[in-house]
Formats: sequence, C-alpha cells, structure tokens
Amino acid sequence: MMIQLTPVSAALDAARQAELLYLLQHDCGSCHGMTRKGGLGPPLLPGNLRDRPVALMENAVLDGRPGTPMPPWRGLLTEQEARWLVEAMLRGEGL
Amino acid sequence: MRLSPFIRRSGSHPRIALAKRSCNMWIVLFLLFFFSFTQTVNAECLTRGTGDMGLVIERATGSVKILDTTAKTSLFRIEGLGDLSHASAVYSRDERYAYIFGRDGGLSKIDLLCGVLVKRVVQAGNSIGGAISQDGSLVAVSNYTPGGVKIFAADSLALVADLPAVTADGKSSKVVGLVDAPGQQFVYTLYDAGEIRIVDVSDPAKPEVSVFSDIGRLPYDALITPDGRFYIAGLFGEDGLALLDLWQPQGGVQRILDNYGRGKEKLPVYKMPHLEGWAIAGDYAFLPAVGQHEVLVVDTRSWKQVGRIAVHGQPVFVVAQPDGRQVWVNFAHPRNDTVQVIDTQSLQVTHSMQPGKGVLHMEFTPRGEHVWVAVRDLDQLQVYDTKSFQRIAQLEVEKPSGIFFTARAHRTGL
Repeated sequence: MMIQLTPVSAALDAARQAELLYLLQHDCGSCHGMTRKGGLGPPLLPGNLRDRPVALMENAVLDGRPGTPMPPWRGLLTEQEARWLVEAMLRGEGL
Repeated sequence: MRLSPFIRRSGSHPRIALAKRSCNMWIVLFLLFFFSFTQTVNAECLTRGTGDMGLVIERATGSVKILDTTAKTSLFRIEGLGDLSHASAVYSRDERYAYIFGRDGGLSKIDLLCGVLVKRVVQAGNSIGGAISQDGSLVAVSNYTPGGVKIFAADSLALVADLPAVTADGKSSKVVGLVDAPGQQFVYTLYDAGEIRIVDVSDPAKPEVSVFSDIGRLPYDALITPDGRFYIAGLFGEDGLALLDLWQPQGGVQRILDNYGRGKEKLPVYKMPHLEGWAIAGDYAFLPAVGQHEVLVVDTRSWKQVGRIAVHGQPVFVVAQPDGRQVWVNFAHPRNDTVQVIDTQSLQVTHSMQPGKGVLHMEFTPRGEHVWVAVRDLDQLQVYDTKSFQRIAQLEVEKPSGIFFTARAHRTGL
C-alpha cells in the first residue's frame, strides 16, 4: 500500500483551494453552519474532528453517510480535494 | 436620503427672507442645516408605512439590509445579528418590527423604521427557525442544540415558555418545521424522534402540548397550507409525507404520496429542499422532488400525485406567485445559477433565466408584479418583472440569502 507523504494541498492550485474553501463555508455551511458549529449536520470544528480517522472523514465527504442527509460528493470533488477539505477543517481554516 | 422636518419646513420659512440680507445669517442657517442633517442620520426614524418594505439576510456578515420595494433600494443596514448562515424572519402584525432567527441561537428584534436592533437574546446554542403567533403576542424559536422550542413575549423578548423536545426514552431531538397555526397554536416536528407536536398557547403560562408519534423517519422540514389547515412534514429517512389535518387532529397523522422521496436509487441531495415555500395554486400543489430534477404536481383534494415536471436541477424552493398563475423554482448546488418558471395551467416550464451562481431565495412583492432574487456569489439582489421576465433592478448586498417582505406579517405559516 502506498502512503502519500507530501501534503496534497501542494498539488491544488490557489484558485481551486479558494473555491473549495468557499464551498466549505457556504454549501457545507447550509447544514453544518457557516461557522461549522453544526446544524442539521454535526459540528465540524477542529475539536470535534481531531480524534477521528482522516480516512473515515474523507470517506464521509466522498461517499456520504447512508441513513443521514449527508450526500456523496464524489463526482463533484476528487479524492485529493476531499482530503484537502478534511485538512482545512482540521486546521480550522476560514473560521 | 431622509430630510428632517426642519429642513422640509425651512424652504417656506420667513427666516429665509431675512437671511438673504445678512451674511452671518447664512452661516447660522448653514450650521443649522448641517447639524439637523447629521442628527437625522443617527437618531431619527422614518415616517412612512412599512407595507412596501422588507429585509434581506446577509448570511456571511451577520447583518440585514432593510429594503424599500417601491423605490427598489435599501434604506438601512443593521449589523451584529450573529451567525445568519441559515436565518429566517417573521414580522410583527403592525409590520414595524422583524424577528430574525439566527443559526447561533440568536433571536433579534429589529425596527424597520429606525433601522436599529431593538433587542437580541441568545436563547439556545443552535437554532433553525421560528414563528409568530396568530395574535402576534408570542414568538417561538425551534432549536437544534439543545433541541426544543422556546416561546418569548413579542414585545420584550422575555421567555414565556420552554418546551423541551424530549421523548419517552429521555432523548433530546432537533426541532424543525416550526409554524404558527390558527387557534393560537404552534406546530413543530422532532427530527430525531419522528414526532409532530402541537402546542396551544392560548394561556402562555400553561402551554398544552399534543404529541403525534411514529410519523416516519427523519422528518427534515414541514409546512402549513396557506389556510392553516394541513401540516405536512417531509421525511428524509423514507419515502412519503406525513400529513396532519389540524381541523381534525384526533384523526392522527396520515401518510400521503408514498412515492415522494428519493425512491430506490437514493440520489444524493446537495441541499435539502425547503417545504416552507410549497406552492399551492388552485387545486394543485407544486413541490420539490427530493434528489430528482423534477417538480411534482399534487392534487390537494386527494393528495395524489397527478404530474411531474422535468426541471434544470434539484429544486430547493418551489414558490407560487401570489396569483398562482406561475411557479418559480431555484436549484441546489451545482446547478444553482438558474431560475425556472412553470405555467400552472400547461404544467410546462415556460422560462429559464440565469441570474448567476448561488441563487438562494426568491420573494414576491405582495401582489406579485415583481420577484426579488438573492444571488449569493454575485453579492446581488435582482428584481424581475413577473410578466415580461425582464430584470428591472439590482442592488448590491453582501452574500444575500433569505428575502422577507412585510406582507408575510398577515399570512399564516410565514
């Protein structure tokens, strides 16, 4: 199994990162709150996510959470972009 | 720009004539003008009716703009309202005050004529919406964290009643779909528990709660029909809708439209459709399909589906013009740059327009000649003529979302 050691954000250009941050704030924000304190969906603040496996969170973004309103974003987001989003949430970016 | 009464009167004041003879008098007049002007901006309130006014939420900045729908302009900006990322508003029955429900649990009362925040209470950790009672004396807020409904006096925002949404097993539930209903009642839905509750607040000191259980899994939003008779909850966890006839609540909750929902394919839903704006035109109701690129047409006499209309994307708001002649639809990410118009007689999409990315909400002027459209990514409100479909005005607004005009003050459920 290959393990990627370079931060994936290095491979996403600044314009795409800005788009993803906008998506996180506004579109994820419709259920999780623009300040990510939660709403219909759970809070996504660094303190809420720190102890969770990164792979599980990436999976939630890409494939959704069956039985809940969380949709799969695969098709709209690449795996690399999903990882960038999870990292951004863990960093508390844009808060 | 507003003029103070002093300035308006001064044009015909005899002092003007005297002043022409004296340079000093001109300076005095100039100073009077200057001070009265600066005072007006800070302290005075508008003297006008509010029937052609409204507000728009600026979701990213915790602010609202007060709107004039006749002049098509904004009159005030009010800041300091907290997290407005999913905010909504209701109006006092005199249409002077608006109550804003913020995501952070904030309940703010603002004065449209003075352009000021009158009072703000943070009443919960996380809230989703609210309603004002039939008589206008009580404002109710529905909360996610901790779940439940709190009821406040509309004048002072003093807490009057606290109704936890705790079920028999002791679990707390998020509350959605809170509306007012005739008979001084509020109706709301427990998302986690799958319950509808009615609270009669005729005596605010002794609210009477009726519980309807097992309505279905994960009810995510609800609406009340404009006549205040039927309360309908959408279910995310299964197909179908839960209907409660408030004229005969003893009959219990019925399941209608068994095929309504995501169906077997369970398509992803990128933004939850809103039921609040459910369009009812004549005998038909138009509702957003869940996950599908369709608007469904339902006969409100039988609650049976009679048609489906293919549209541009996953509908979010499906709203009828006040005359019911046309229905306007906006869409979820990533197709949220478009608005479509459905003719309610032919059941065809007759117009499509592209206001820009991030169309979040639409609101009609009271008699429906114009529709105001919030375009988040352009930081704009756009005003369209509902007959010619021409854009006739636009206003700069920071990340606009919900638009609320004062005519809502006199409509059940809004």
